[in-house]
Amino acid sequence: MSSPAIEVRDLRKSYGTHDAVRGIDFEVARGEVFGLLGPNGAGKTTTVEVLEGYRDRTSGEVSVLGFDPGTRPRELRSRVGIVLQAGGMYRFVTVREAVTHWARLYPHPRDVEEVIAVAGLQEKADARVRTLSGGQARRLDLALALVGDPELIFLDEPTTGFDPAARRAAWDTIRSLRDLGKTVLLTTHYLDEAQELADRVAIIKAGRILAIGRPAELGVGALTRARVTWRDEDGRVQEREVEDPTRLVHDLTAAALAHGGTVAELTVSRPSLEDVYLELTADAAADAPIPPVPARA
Amino acid sequence: MPDALTLGWHQYRLERRMFWRNPSAAFFNFVLPLLFLFLIGAIVSGDQDALDVIVPGIAGMSVLSTTFSALAMNLVFLREQGVLKRMRGTPLPSGAYLGALAANAVTNAAIQVTIVVVSGRLFFGTGWPEDYLELVVFVVAGVACLAALGVAYSHLIPNFDSAPAFVNVVFLPVIFVSGVFFDAEDAPAFLRDIGRALPLTHVIDGLSGAMVTGASLADNAGSLGVIALWGIGGAVLAIRGFSWDAKRS
Repeated sequence: MSSPAIEVRDLRKSYGTHDAVRGIDFEVARGEVFGLLGPNGAGKTTTVEVLEGYRDRTSGEVSVLGFDPGTRPRELRSRVGIVLQAGGMYRFVTVREAVTHWARLYPHPRDVEEVIAVAGLQEKADARVRTLSGGQARRLDLALALVGDPELIFLDEPTTGFDPAARRAAWDTIRSLRDLGKTVLLTTHYLDEAQELADRVAIIKAGRILAIGRPAELGVGALTRARVTWRDEDGRVQEREVEDPTRLVHDLTAAALAHGGTVAELTVSRPSLEDVYLELTADAAADAPIPPVPARA
Repeated sequence: MPDALTLGWHQYRLERRMFWRNPSAAFFNFVLPLLFLFLIGAIVSGDQDALDVIVPGIAGMSVLSTTFSALAMNLVFLREQGVLKRMRGTPLPSGAYLGALAANAVTNAAIQVTIVVVSGRLFFGTGWPEDYLELVVFVVAGVACLAALGVAYSHLIPNFDSAPAFVNVVFLPVIFVSGVFFDAEDAPAFLRDIGRALPLTHVIDGLSGAMVTGASLADNAGSLGVIALWGIGGAVLAIRGFSWDAKRS
């Protein structure tokens, strides 16, 4: 496999005295869907906009497809698709005119009608942008980002404001990008979105990465424990949190089998990504450095 | 990779199409100056001296409204809506994009000046221009200068809601002191001096020379100098303050 699509080393960005990004590191492999997950104001958009070439960085090393995005090389812009959090559009242009125009800006565009279909906008192809609903306008954003057939796609909160059906449809589109071998950097404050779409997730808060890894791994990381619950002979619910539940479960089941009985309502659960996220982004955790889970690509 | 000129041309054609689809832009650019021309022309009809002032005056005002006013409003809108930011993320070179926006304004100025000149010949007794070269030179110089000032001025406008007020607080006084409606030489001295310091007066002097009085390019060389000074200052400020992103406020 070639070099990573994105490399970030000790990236820092300050606005005046406000430190929006306070030294973050991550890599995104080619073909990977990588999620930046965090609450509003965590530094997600600042990070992405540095990678997109919209913002200068205060310090740190950044490489996108082998280029320094700070110099905004045109070749990089032609190989990257960007869905901004709030990207405006000409109000009087039709969907088809917009996609056709955008296709002209790129050296190897995709077929216009195909892209309109991928975005689910066939029925709105001749509608003017000002008449589109919020969700339709967002799908046009996606169409405009894809029409240049980019290798790497930035999606900044791509489904914010979507109804559930539209979100599912957008997720299918994003999964189809992975199937095409595209690299995707996604920001979101929706846990389920990160869990559904991302190969790996970085949880970011107050300009720092608190944890990074596969969504499933984050749930079993060093900072979390398994929870074992069961109902004892007296009918009371028992609950234990342990590093490794093997011994406890063995003891419980062995004792029950010895009496020819069962362990009622036995469960062993791992914290979900949501539990980890809530724990990590709670205010008490904001400044306590938590060792990140080692990243495995 | 498509070259910058081709891309700029595509962008220009998109801008033209968008212009004609936006009724308020078309009104602001074309109908308003023509309304002024025909109303005032009707009021002073028969007074050829007054008509000889009004026709080049309205031509100058058209250059101001199609470049300074329209670009300032347009850029604030595109900036606030995030269109500038979106365009910046594409391979379209910045110069090609801004060039297309400027060319769009220039096209409107050229169309508008042509309409005014033809109307002057047909309805207001000003005849065909005496000096086409001078006409073209002053339209080009005026467009370049006032377009640069419009871009520079857009940096001062905080948001689109306030844009009409910001634009008109400049536009309306400037057209009065610059001699659009009356011969600036007849104004009180302090107003006349203010007018002489502003570029529009000099654009109108040049247009008047080309269309009516016969004052030559050489006669109006000083006016060209004033326009150039304002234009250079405007261009520097236009480039230095340019922001692709909506202001954080």
